[in-house]
Amino acid sequence: MEKKHITIALTGNPNAGKTTIFNALTGTRQKVGNWAGVTVEKKEGVITHGTYEIHVVDLPGTYSLTPFSMEEIIARNFIIDESPDVVVNIIDASNIERNLYLATQIRELDCKVLFVLNMADLAASKGVRIDAAKLSELLDVEIVYTVGNKGEGVTALLEKAVRLAEEGKPVQPERRVRYNRDIEAAIADLQSMIDAQGGLFYNSRWIAIKLLERDEIVSRRVSSEAGAAGKELLKKADVHRGRLADLFDDDLEIIMTDERYGFIAGFVKEVVTITKKNRVDLSRNIDLVLTNKFFGFPIFIFFIWLMFQLTFSVGAYPMEAIEKGFALLFFAADRMLSDGLFKDFIRDGVLAGVGSVAVFLPNILILFFCIALLEDTGYMARAAFLMDRIMHLIGLHGKSFIPMLMGFGCSVPAVMATRTLGNRKDRILTILITPFMSCSARLPVYIVLAGTFFPNAAGTVIFLIYLSGIVIAMISGRIFRSLLLRGEDAPFVMELPPYRAPMIKGLLIHMWDRARQFLKKMGGVILIGSIIVWGLSVFPRDISFSKDYAKELVDVQNAYQLKMDKIEDQALMRRLASERDEAVKNIIRAREKERTEKVYMGRIGKAIAPFFEPLGIDWRGSVSLLTGFVAKEIVVSSMGVLYAVEGHDQSALGKALRSSGMTPLSALSMMVFVLLYIPCLATVLVIMRETGAAKWALFNIVYSTSVAWSAAFIVYQTGLIFTAG
Amino acid sequence: MRLSEMKEGQSAVIIRVGGKGAFRKRLLEMGLVKNTPIYVEKYAPLKDPMELLVKGYAISLRVEEAALITVEALTDIH
Repeated sequence: MEKKHITIALTGNPNAGKTTIFNALTGTRQKVGNWAGVTVEKKEGVITHGTYEIHVVDLPGTYSLTPFSMEEIIARNFIIDESPDVVVNIIDASNIERNLYLATQIRELDCKVLFVLNMADLAASKGVRIDAAKLSELLDVEIVYTVGNKGEGVTALLEKAVRLAEEGKPVQPERRVRYNRDIEAAIADLQSMIDAQGGLFYNSRWIAIKLLERDEIVSRRVSSEAGAAGKELLKKADVHRGRLADLFDDDLEIIMTDERYGFIAGFVKEVVTITKKNRVDLSRNIDLVLTNKFFGFPIFIFFIWLMFQLTFSVGAYPMEAIEKGFALLFFAADRMLSDGLFKDFIRDGVLAGVGSVAVFLPNILILFFCIALLEDTGYMARAAFLMDRIMHLIGLHGKSFIPMLMGFGCSVPAVMATRTLGNRKDRILTILITPFMSCSARLPVYIVLAGTFFPNAAGTVIFLIYLSGIVIAMISGRIFRSLLLRGEDAPFVMELPPYRAPMIKGLLIHMWDRARQFLKKMGGVILIGSIIVWGLSVFPRDISFSKDYAKELVDVQNAYQLKMDKIEDQALMRRLASERDEAVKNIIRAREKERTEKVYMGRIGKAIAPFFEPLGIDWRGSVSLLTGFVAKEIVVSSMGVLYAVEGHDQSALGKALRSSGMTPLSALSMMVFVLLYIPCLATVLVIMRETGAAKWALFNIVYSTSVAWSAAFIVYQTGLIFTAG
Repeated sequence: MRLSEMKEGQSAVIIRVGGKGAFRKRLLEMGLVKNTPIYVEKYAPLKDPMELLVKGYAISLRVEEAALITVEALTDIH
């Protein structure tokens, strides 16, 4: 049988339990994407109910439909332009007065709407009783009670929504939201003008109200769609606005907001009875401790520490397993494929490349689990509350602190974590400065360089490097705020939601979602990136070597064979054998070194060497830095190859670096460069996706590389002056 | 007096929300309208921002923003 399609849109205030209801409705059948052209998350799910296929769209949580933020514009445009069959407005029953503000705005849209009184149990325990029948009658809407986290009332919600959709006739409520007589007269006047020219893109009363409120988006649309008549309409609206503003002695949109709260207070009085007052509030008691003057910060720091601990130490176990898994694949590829280019491609290009990133999956999962936990319990808002003062210094919101902190772990999840920021400019700003927080992949580079060149003060040097990253992030933040991302220095108006027990299902859905995104990215761009790097390091295949290494190898082996044939002594024999092996290794290494210089990667290194010369970094260092673009972990292994290290431990690399002419000063310069330059490929891609624009990713590349170059230049050149003098 | 001058644990009624444009409207939309009772729950450990109880929920404002709101203090009723 053919299924009938229905679209229902879920709206509601943040913290009203919208996501819980959405999860209860759709379970794992949900898809997450971005709204076209913007980075606000778009959640959808398709469910079957009887003969219906229901498309559930979770609109962004908003406090109103006034278009200040991307979220509000999206929520409103979806209702107006996509005209879903039913709009389901989820209301936190325990916080009904403020929640009704959005509800009345949705009611004003005259679409088919269903009110859901959620968290009815919590409201009851707070002593709030809501007369649903009365509310339903006063606003002329259908009402359902739910307890989202127990899944209660969700079926009733679906049934009512389907019935509403079936009814087919447009709703014309008789008791619509009413304003003061003078305002109503102005609305009626504008409405008749709209009707006279055959109506506009939405119902005339709503457009009239929005014009009076000087809603920019509606005004623009009216003038572009209705031409001369539209101009006339706007002019008329302005006349009314001016007159009414004089009459009420304030801006009209303020008066209308006031009026809405006025009639909300009216029905709250009629509909809500509060039986017990000032009952002990658990949430407030928890907050007495968690945001306490003295304990607030220590507890906060402890939580953050715990989060990192979990992410990086617990994450190490599955990390090992994944490493082993890839080693196994490596081994299998080695055995099953015959020697040749294809084998190298699979082994060194595909497996090594993807493997080096796949190991981060557990960390990302754990980190996102922790963040979801902090969010769902309501602690994240407290973290922002605690940190706002400090973050305000760089022109940011307290909430930006979390992603920046996560940047010490890995920039990829950190950039993704900026999704918790409401304001778009704040988000972009945070995304741009987060990569300066030195990620864990850079640490091995510091360890090698600082350990080699500052053996007595390695810890201090590394600490100072981290600190410089923070300082540069803060300075950059200030600069971006005052030059690039000016304006709307978002006011810190933030709800502190009550603490709630998190729901495992919601946390798991969230985690799975992140994992899927991460895996998708790995399968795509990182794979391609590592294949390219691999390609540059193996081609061209036919290199004309300066020496005949193959002959040298044979000669050395023969020479030792001759010597060893003459000896009987076992101990001497063994020493000679190991000497021979060493000589063979040296030849192979020399050959590899020459090959590295002559493949494309080496040629590129030589080409870019002049760029790095003023920083005291030679061509091999340059190439290593270049490969670091794929992932910072590669820098050390590239250095290992390029500086032709004897042996695999770090002290060997150190020795090779020192004998290559690197000085403590150039090591410092290189560390500064590693700290600040271009984030890895994965980060650049995630920046591109999260900002929704390639230009920000490009900007980040150019900005961070220039900062890195300048900083390293200053360090190296001033250092030269001091060491010379 | 200004909302920002109030101490922890004090109650007041909102007289007028000052400020401009979108910010002012946002505050009003969050329920900080005229004649609304307001209670100062606490200040953050670094003395900024502050937490207020209004219309049955908790909201956080920066002190500089709270300075734009004129209130009339209520004496010891909370």
